[in-house]
Amino acid sequence: MSFISVTDLAVSRGGLPVLEGLTFAVKAGEILVLRGPNGAGKTTLLRTLAGLQPPFAGAVTSDPDAVAYAAHADGLKATLTVTENLSFWSGVYGGGDIAPALKHFNLEALRDRPAGNLSAGQKRRLGLARLMVTQRPIWVLDEPTVSLDKASVAIFAEAVKEHVAKGGAAIIATHIDLGFEETVFDVTPFKARHDVVRNDFDTSFDDFEDDKDGAFL
Amino acid sequence: MSFNMNSIWEWANPRKFMRWTDKALPVVAVLAAVVFVAGLVWGFFFTPDDYRQGATVKIFYIHVPAAMMAINIWAMMLVTSLIWIVRRHHVSVLAAKSAASIGMTMTLIALITGAVWGKPMWGTYWEWDPRLTSFLILFLFYVGYMALWEAVENPDTAADLTSVLCLVGSVFAILSRYAVLFWNQGLHQGASLSMDAEENVADVYWYPALVCIAGFVLLFIALVLLRTRTEIRARRLHAIELRERAENA
Amino acid sequence: MIRLFWRDITLAFRSGGGFGLGLGFFLILVTLVPFGVGPDSAQLQIIAPGILWVGALLACLLSLDRMFALDYEDGSLDLLLTAPIPLEGVVAVKALAHWITTGLPLVIAAPALGFLLHLDMAAYKWLIITLLVGTPALSFIGAFGAALTVSLKRGGLLMSLLVLPLYIPTLIFGAEVVRRGAEGFLVGTPLALQAGITAGAIALLPFAAAAALRVAAR
Repeated sequence: MSFISVTDLAVSRGGLPVLEGLTFAVKAGEILVLRGPNGAGKTTLLRTLAGLQPPFAGAVTSDPDAVAYAAHADGLKATLTVTENLSFWSGVYGGGDIAPALKHFNLEALRDRPAGNLSAGQKRRLGLARLMVTQRPIWVLDEPTVSLDKASVAIFAEAVKEHVAKGGAAIIATHIDLGFEETVFDVTPFKARHDVVRNDFDTSFDDFEDDKDGAFL
Repeated sequence: MSFNMNSIWEWANPRKFMRWTDKALPVVAVLAAVVFVAGLVWGFFFTPDDYRQGATVKIFYIHVPAAMMAINIWAMMLVTSLIWIVRRHHVSVLAAKSAASIGMTMTLIALITGAVWGKPMWGTYWEWDPRLTSFLILFLFYVGYMALWEAVENPDTAADLTSVLCLVGSVFAILSRYAVLFWNQGLHQGASLSMDAEENVADVYWYPALVCIAGFVLLFIALVLLRTRTEIRARRLHAIELRERAENA
Repeated sequence: MIRLFWRDITLAFRSGGGFGLGLGFFLILVTLVPFGVGPDSAQLQIIAPGILWVGALLACLLSLDRMFALDYEDGSLDLLLTAPIPLEGVVAVKALAHWITTGLPLVIAAPALGFLLHLDMAAYKWLIITLLVGTPALSFIGAFGAALTVSLKRGGLLMSLLVLPLYIPTLIFGAEVVRRGAEGFLVGTPLALQAGITAGAIALLPFAAAAALRVAAR
């Protein structure tokens, strides 16, 4: 049984489809890496998978409470300490222990520093540590390695491997090779064709094909 | 032309809407002009001056219909916003958007004619009377609704947000109405027209007033159809522009 | 949910903004009024209920635009949307936290400012009660306005335009209670009506605000 599957999915940004015809499934223990040029719609796809925006067409089948989402913005509060930030999200997601996450991401020495004082890479690590405390099986990650140094990337890759080994799954948009046994999914061929009328507003015109006089526009 | 009338919602299909309004609009517009002018001419020139108010009473033929429209247009916006929320008909929410500026203008007309009428009647242009105050509040609601439409870039997002605002705003508009009544009992006369209208206003004034009201309603329908057509075209243009930009990207 | 509540309270305290700022604004506003209308104590006494209520309203408005905007900017809102707690609850909790950090201090400070404006002795009790009953409505109505404008770049001004008209009934009943209290009349009716508005706002507006947030996030 797959954790998350999409069928003939199209996703849209600003009311306009960016990707279409996507069909794939991710099972427990699998890692799916999304690739594609900037602006191809990877972020939009991930937001749709996380349930933050409705699919433009097609369907996403998953338990919405199974997805942990992490994007460019880490959702950290500058005035809260590392521990406070992490235990807040742990509380929101049902109270996982934060100690292993702190340990894994090498944040123990920083635990009482306000998040505002952290470097960009440290913030990123904290944001990723949040994934571990959510205790959710599917990680949906948008460019997780931005501003991480080599050592931190290795730590992160290790965390993902561990998560997957324990029966989790991950969908990651990234440009670098993280050394996984991964399935690579290139979104480029699925770029939505804009010469065909398919916008939600446009399709509301389609119901009456008897109108051939081109009433307007 | 064969209409396959499965449900009334088909009329909300943009293509169909554009087609039937293309034919209906001129008829409604001409009818509106005729009734509107007839009502005003009848009211202004063929009714006797009031024994107490003199000729000033005739502003009644603009003031009362405008005030009625101001309220009813908001009610119409509430209905069309609800239709958008429930059934996602674009034409419906665009009609609400189109109606808002007409409603705001009607409110403004009611306020200004009221001020002009109030000076000889009560000796003041403005009084914090419940009815006047309520209209000022209604005016603010219209302004807020339109400002939100302008501020949100994505048309679908704007439609959703303004519809929710219209819904909540309606509740608060009614609340405000009663709060204002509570706050100040006021010097405005009771509603000029109601079921027992004959008792308030003599027939000689009442019939031209009814014609004026019909004229205002027709004028509103004509304007809202015209503006909705414009909005649909603008929306369509927006979609095409987006698509072209995406293609060139 | 309780976590969220404490986080919001902690944030308000640590950033030093929400808590003191509203109060300071309230104080300045009340200080300015005598400069505008003259120092005549009899006149101030008459307008005191209105000034205090309008001041509370504006002070409340001041910190509203940060209720969701900060969470929207730093990505917390996305994470809260995917969290296993209902968004309506998130809105309610955040509005409650806003009330604790903004509304409640106003309630406590209002008598002192009433003193500056020569508020009638008999009215103090009612001033406190009506602010206590009415300010939660300000926070919840404000939460709705903040949710509507969260995704806009300069939403603050627009939010004021949308929220202030919605405050009118609360303001009318609130000031009426204090005025009647000062004159020794019965205050039951306006107070009950105001309580009704507050109850309705708390019960229903989180749903409207959550709907607006979902639209803004997509």
